[in-house]
Amino acid sequence: MASQADYKDRQFLAVIGDEDSVTGLLLAGIGHVTSPPDNQKNFLVVDAKTETSAIESTFEKFTTERKDIGIVLINQHIADRIRYRIDTYTQAFPTVLEIPSKDHPYDPEKDSVLRRVRRLFGE
Amino acid sequence: MSGAADREAVFPTRQSLGIMKAKLKGAETGHSLLKRKSEALTKRFREITRRIDEAKRKMGRVMQIASLSLAEVTYAVGGNIGYQIQESAKSARFRIRAKQENVSGVLLPAFESYQTEGNNDFAMTGLGKGGQQVQRCRETYARAVEALVELASLQTAFVILDEVIKVVNRRVNAIEHVIIPRTENTIKYINSELDELDREEFYRLKKVAGKKQRDTAEQDAEMKARKEAQAAAADEQNQAPNAAADDAPADLLAAEEDEDVIF
Repeated sequence: MASQADYKDRQFLAVIGDEDSVTGLLLAGIGHVTSPPDNQKNFLVVDAKTETSAIESTFEKFTTERKDIGIVLINQHIADRIRYRIDTYTQAFPTVLEIPSKDHPYDPEKDSVLRRVRRLFGE
Repeated sequence: MSGAADREAVFPTRQSLGIMKAKLKGAETGHSLLKRKSEALTKRFREITRRIDEAKRKMGRVMQIASLSLAEVTYAVGGNIGYQIQESAKSARFRIRAKQENVSGVLLPAFESYQTEGNNDFAMTGLGKGGQQVQRCRETYARAVEALVELASLQTAFVILDEVIKVVNRRVNAIEHVIIPRTENTIKYINSELDELDREEFYRLKKVAGKKQRDTAEQDAEMKARKEAQAAAADEQNQAPNAAADDAPADLLAAEEDEDVIF
């Protein structure tokens, strides 16, 4: 219930994903770069060479620092790399959503929210 | 007896008995209200979880189609356009708006997607070739993102409802298992103490009455004895003149009457 007040100005989506996912989502028009002084992008392209710490700090930045992001999309195989951060993330805003990527089919068993759904249904 | 059980620290008086009874009634009303709230929320929650499950599966399919159309673009353009797109992204065309929905006093936010008109960062993308594919790909991804936004609002509602239901259930359980038994215990304790006081009072009154009775009996006896003594004294005084008077006139009668003088 912490952030019911500040959801009004959250109007962007953010992406952490592999190149194809990011490209597609940017084509849809979610990309946003803040005005010149800090030039913050709301997307991060992750490939095999990207450090886990970089993913983590970006995730941190999107979820806690930036107040204009309402939804964080993250590829599931990337979410797996920072799984402990995702599982302990319980805030309502911004929402973290795991999405499938082209190379990695979607596995509902790994999704932290779906796992909670299953647990509640007693499966 | 009820001192060992959990109860509130009150003095066992009739006033606090009244307060406790009012409190018990309030707790019962609150309990039933909260229970109903929790049921309403749980109903909503189950609906949302079911929809999340569906939406997640749908998202898998939609994203697959979207990646396919991106592959088409890559093929048509004949090279990777990722870098170009990342560089030309400036201002979001696809944005979200949050609105609120009220479910029995809980404000659930829901995202709504909208597209701002007139800014297109990718006007030049696919200018050489593959423009049609780029256009189609954009539409496909826009639809995919809409599905994602819907899923995200479901998920937000899920997280918030989960938390609220936990809090409400905790309250329901606290009232049911702590507050109501404790208040009942307190009422029981006060009642037993009041009964005890009543019995004590009754016993005391009985004692007092007995003592009074005994006192009265004693006084009566004393009074009686005194009266008797007085009567005896009076008789004696009466007898003396009588005897003196009777002696002379009737000797024969006096002999028989003599018996009556001493009672």
